[in-house]
Parts: sequence; C-alpha cells; structure tokens
Amino acid sequence: MSTLIDYTLHLADNSLILGQRNSEWCGHGPVLEQDIAITNISLDLIGQARNFYQYAASLINQTIKQSNNPVTEDSLAYLRTEREFKNCLLVEQPNGDWGQTILRQFFFSQYQYLLFQQLQHSKDEQLAAIAAKSLKEVSYHLRWSSEWVIRLGDGTEESHSRMLKAIDELWMYTGELFQAAGYELQTAKEGIGVDVSLLKPKWEEKIKEIFSEATLPVPEKVFMQSGGKDGKHTEHLGYILTELQYMQRAYPGNEW
Amino acid sequence: MKNYIRKYYYGDIPDDKSGGNIVSKETKSDWPLWEVFIRSKQGLDHKHVGSLHAADAQMAIENARDVYTRRMEGVSIWVVESKYIHASKPEEAGELFEPAEDKIYRHPTFYKLPDEVNQM
Repeated sequence: MSTLIDYTLHLADNSLILGQRNSEWCGHGPVLEQDIAITNISLDLIGQARNFYQYAASLINQTIKQSNNPVTEDSLAYLRTEREFKNCLLVEQPNGDWGQTILRQFFFSQYQYLLFQQLQHSKDEQLAAIAAKSLKEVSYHLRWSSEWVIRLGDGTEESHSRMLKAIDELWMYTGELFQAAGYELQTAKEGIGVDVSLLKPKWEEKIKEIFSEATLPVPEKVFMQSGGKDGKHTEHLGYILTELQYMQRAYPGNEW
Repeated sequence: MKNYIRKYYYGDIPDDKSGGNIVSKETKSDWPLWEVFIRSKQGLDHKHVGSLHAADAQMAIENARDVYTRRMEGVSIWVVESKYIHASKPEEAGELFEPAEDKIYRHPTFYKLPDEVNQM
C-alpha cells in the first residue's frame, strides 16, 4: 500500500510542480495568445495533480485511522516539505526564456504521453482512469510544445542559439525520467505502475524526430542528474514551495 | 531644465521605463492577424468571434482553441487571415442597402399559410 501511495504522490508532484512553474508565465507570455496557451497547460497539469492527490489522500486515510485530522489534497500539496516531494528534477527547473520553458514542456509531455498510454491500462482502476482522462490534455501539450520546438529550432539564428542553450540546461535532467525509483519498480511488478525504463527508446526516438526537423542536435552521452524521485532536489524546489505554500503556512487552515 | 520629473499617465509609459523584458514591436507585428470563426454545439454555422495574431494557420487554430474555446464554446474552428477578408465600405452603405428598404413585399409575410404547415 505504501508503495502505491508513494507512486501516486510522485505522479501528483510531477504535475503540480510543472503546473506551478508554467503558471509563473501568467501575464508575462511573449504574446497574449501564448500567455493563455501556457496558462491553460498549467491548469491542465494542476487538474491532474488534484486527481492524483485526492486519490493519494483517500489511500492514506485508509491506512492510518486518524479520524479527526484526515489528510486532504490540500494538505498534501501545501503542507509537505521539500524532501517529501517526489517529483523528478526536470519539472522544477527554472523557466529561463520562452525556449527553455518550451523545451522542458516538450521533454516532459513526450514522457507523460508515453507513460499515460501505459498507465491507462493499469490494474488500479483509479490511476487508469486519471491517466485516460489526462491523455487527451497531454496529447495537446505534446503537439503544442513540439511545434514550438520546431519553430524555434528552425527559426532565426537567435531562436536556434537559444534552443541550443536550453538543451544544454535541461538535457542532464532527462535521464532521471527513465530511472525507476523503488516505488515505481514495485508498482510496475504488481501491474499497477509503469516500468519507465521501457519508455526510454520510444522517447529518444520521438525526440530525435522532432529535433531533426528543428535542426537541433541530440546531445551525446552526458552525466545525468537524479534524486528528485527520492526527495533529493535541486535548490530550486525550495523556492517554488515557499511561494506555493506561503498562504497555508502564514494563515493555517485559511480558505477562500 | 524644469522637467526633471515627468509624470506618466496610464498607457503613456515608454517601453524602456516599464520594466521587465521588452518584446520588440517587430516580433509582434510580424505575426499576421487572423479572424476566428467558431461553430458552437447548438448551431450549424461558424460565427465570427474575434481575431488574434499567429505565425501560421496551424498556430492560429491552436491559439483560437486556447483563446476562444476555453469554456467549451465550440466543436469546430475556422481561421482566415484577415487580409483575405474583403469588406463593403461604410460610405457605400446607402447604395448597397437602402434600395431594399421600401420593398417590403420581399418579406414572406404576405402569404397565408395553411394550418397544416407548422414549421415556418
């Protein structure tokens, strides 16, 4: 049971943190239309996170009988500390410029697309349902972000060089996506989770496809960062949580 | 030199004083304007809902999806570059539309419909 909880939290944290990151663009997008596009994606991701958190909360409440203080989606999002978050490092990386945000979204959406395609056949009905529902959103995120990668990579000299810089910044965080944490291996064995290492060839193939159209090079072997799935994060997550959790920390139990 | 202090009014703040990253005007005006037509669930016709900027047709459809169908307004989107729309001139309104004004017999209100015909 506790592996299933960890696994569900991992899925939730991925979506929440990337949603929070993207939402930083709200009001700052390069043009109005794209400002709305990125915040729509942000809302999709936060919606996914809510579904996963609600499920995780119900699982946690089943195991511990602490009737007067039940865990909720809100307490999971707003009252856990940095080391308790299980999101991968990629999603917490700073927005950088528009190109870097696009590339992060592209890497992650491609990953999420492959993941949810498998997860929708999970033995766990709840996870399967959330994955199936989210898959349509993710398909659009993937389409939107890959078109932008092509547009910027194969655009002007300036946009091309910015994409090269973005690849430099982000590529080292992509390896972790396919390194299964303990809870991923265990749930995969039980037919609930997905063996992420199996998604890697397909993911790389798709990245190559889009990169070649975008006239961008796929990096050679570089050292890959990891640790996020087990709560060891880059320095950025602390700042994200500070902002995300500020209200609940300053005014505990505050509602609107 | 009296104008040490210059007062700015809303909309009057020059780009270099407004802070943040300035998107150059060229990038914006490089993207052509598109007119957006959405077909709602209720109707068969695409209705004009507004316009937006986009680099190409594909992007225009996606922008329209994000800007105009967020609240489930539509089931189909048309976009057309604004420059391809030709409009009648307001000053020609007289010759175009006024001649129809005294020809009320063009309205089908003078016909007596048999009771059996319901849906007219």
